[in-house]
Amino acid sequence: MEKELFEQLEDILELAPGTVTLSDTFRDYENWDSMANLSVIAMLDDSFGVHIASQDFKNLITVGDLIEEIKKRTA
Amino acid sequence: MNPLFGLAEKKILVTGASSGIGRAVADMLAAQGATVMITARNEERLQTVLQSLPNDGHHYFCADLTVDEEVKKLAAEMPVLDGIILNAGMVKTVPVQFVKREDLDYMFNLMLHSSILLVQQLLKNKKLKPGASVCFISSVASQKITIGNAIYSAAKGALNSFTKSLALELAPKQIRVNAILPGMVQTAILDSGVVSDEQLQIHLKNYPLGRFGQPHDIAGLTVYLMADVSQWMTGSLIVLDGGYTLK
Repeated sequence: MEKELFEQLEDILELAPGTVTLSDTFRDYENWDSMANLSVIAMLDDSFGVHIASQDFKNLITVGDLIEEIKKRTA
Repeated sequence: MNPLFGLAEKKILVTGASSGIGRAVADMLAAQGATVMITARNEERLQTVLQSLPNDGHHYFCADLTVDEEVKKLAAEMPVLDGIILNAGMVKTVPVQFVKREDLDYMFNLMLHSSILLVQQLLKNKKLKPGASVCFISSVASQKITIGNAIYSAAKGALNSFTKSLALELAPKQIRVNAILPGMVQTAILDSGVVSDEQLQIHLKNYPLGRFGQPHDIAGLTVYLMADVSQWMTGSLIVLDGGYTLK
């Protein structure tokens, strides 16, 4: 699941393959903008079946937080 | 009061009337003397709205307008109407790359197809009086674009075009057709967390009057459109947005 999330983030944010790590603060990526924000929320729904509201998404900070949220909601 | 501005003895159908804009519209039309027919999916909420409406004689009809049979049944049950406010809608913010076929179908079905088919059924059943007024609740999103709202904007844009087409077709019957294009209106849809508080605060800066709309702001204009005073207005797309599109 980690690998898939990393690849999805790299695709949305146009990052080089293999550059995303668990400790990254994803809003600090160079290409982060409102479109990326919406795309990541939509990707979580589309690829992992995790529906998360913007109001809750703002509390997630690192890539690791995304992983934990997916685990929590799909447990 | 000049009777041209009143709604006494007018029978008006309001869709999506169980909450938000639809509820405020039903309330204000009733307060101005109209007999209101309210419809939505949730019967419990409809009953609550019905009980809260000023004056007597109003009715509720539980219906899912995305289901053709329920649209037909609703149209058949209606009395002959002086007006209709078509307000059923939803918001789903998603970039085009992630739009699913089922979301696309559902959004167009709810916001466009259901309204078109309801008007069609009312016409077939001769439930719109000569001189009646039809009002669609569209959105300023059809003209001013924001990221993630492509499908919503597209559906509302199509609704605008339909408004004008229907206005031309029904003009010989003196039936008027207009649309209101509201900016952001403070309803339960916003309170649900779909958009974060921070995003709303940033968006608020785009509103010269310093606030988002309230449902009663929209309801006020529907009173004008339902009243005989607006009898020369048809095919109009009326922006009502606190100055949002000025920027």
